Amino acid sequence: MFDAFATLLVYRLLALDPASHLGQALHFFVMDTTKIFFLLLLVIYVMGLLRALLSPERVREYVRGKPAWLARTLAILLGAVTPFCSCSSVPLFIGFVEAGIPLGVTFSFLIASPMINEVAAVILVGILGWKLATLYVGSGLLVAWVGGVVMERFRPERWVEDYVWKIHMGETQLPEQDHSLAGRHRYAITEVKVIVGRIWKWVLAGVALGALFHGYVPENWVVEHLGGQDNWLAVPGAVLLGIPLYSNATGVIPLAEAMLGKGVAIGTTLALMMSIAALSLPEMLILRKVIRWPALALYAGVLAVSFTLVGWGFNWIV
Amino acid sequence: MKVIKVLGSGCTNCQTTARLIEEVAAEQGIDVRVEKVEDIAQIMGYGVMSTPGVVIDEKVVHAGSVPDRKQIAGWL
Repeated sequence: MFDAFATLLVYRLLALDPASHLGQALHFFVMDTTKIFFLLLLVIYVMGLLRALLSPERVREYVRGKPAWLARTLAILLGAVTPFCSCSSVPLFIGFVEAGIPLGVTFSFLIASPMINEVAAVILVGILGWKLATLYVGSGLLVAWVGGVVMERFRPERWVEDYVWKIHMGETQLPEQDHSLAGRHRYAITEVKVIVGRIWKWVLAGVALGALFHGYVPENWVVEHLGGQDNWLAVPGAVLLGIPLYSNATGVIPLAEAMLGKGVAIGTTLALMMSIAALSLPEMLILRKVIRWPALALYAGVLAVSFTLVGWGFNWIV
Repeated sequence: MKVIKVLGSGCTNCQTTARLIEEVAAEQGIDVRVEKVEDIAQIMGYGVMSTPGVVIDEKVVHAGSVPDRKQIAGWL
């Protein structure tokens, strides 16, 4: 449907040549923009209606006081269903610390949350299919688990800013939710507005980048340099490239689609997706308010190494 | 005069929330004072982790999103 619409608009109405670079790039852009935004609106609205989007306050209540393995599992799974805004990572971090949740578990949550969410998962299935969606989500959950455990080994408590330990959270009862259908509808509409308002830029940028890649990067060059297992440096290169680039989990999908379409190896693509979504300078700077540089460097290091291993692993297996 | 506090670390959503509350209050002719609470310790003191939050007469009525006009009118 979206394909047909893009074909009609770009090749018929604008009369661009389907073989030209511009034609292919524009076709990709129109098709993915319409498809992704359609899916975004639909998925967020339905999740909002079902109240499937969890707030950090609720996550904190679920995780606190559980044994470490259970706390970590819950934190990762709940991190994957909490729509995450990096602007709330500071209160979230403090809230977790205050609840006595181990730092390693908190880091697991912080890793899982931006990388995986149910909205991106649905769109991933819609654009790249079941197989890739499962690989991405599965390896993301694994990295979050292992990453948190490794962080814990380095005793990151010593790098937490002193004031964090002194904050005491009030026991305010959060307002009751309105459970009528009208209330749910209103809530869902608000969620759509807030989330789409926050991420539309990243999605458009991702589609634009994907379109350029799709239209202009020659396939032969890709297959030769980024396609196989011979080029060991492609994966760490992709991870490094992803650090200054930042987008959210949904925004990286069209780029991955274009890369895979041209024959970039799966592991290399996954490594880049994860690095772009989970490793970002702006989020690091925000976290700097609660933890000092050594912990941030460790956090970035652990993630970079994990993504590289994931990438190598998949390139080697597939 | 009602004292309404908007909890949030200065993000756009928090400023929007404060502005909306002032507008709705002005429309209804209700005398309010909107204060922005930006100190993280104080915000957490209300038990709120997702901003913007809204506190009326020291009671949290809302957290986690920009409220719509109808909700605000309901609180006032």
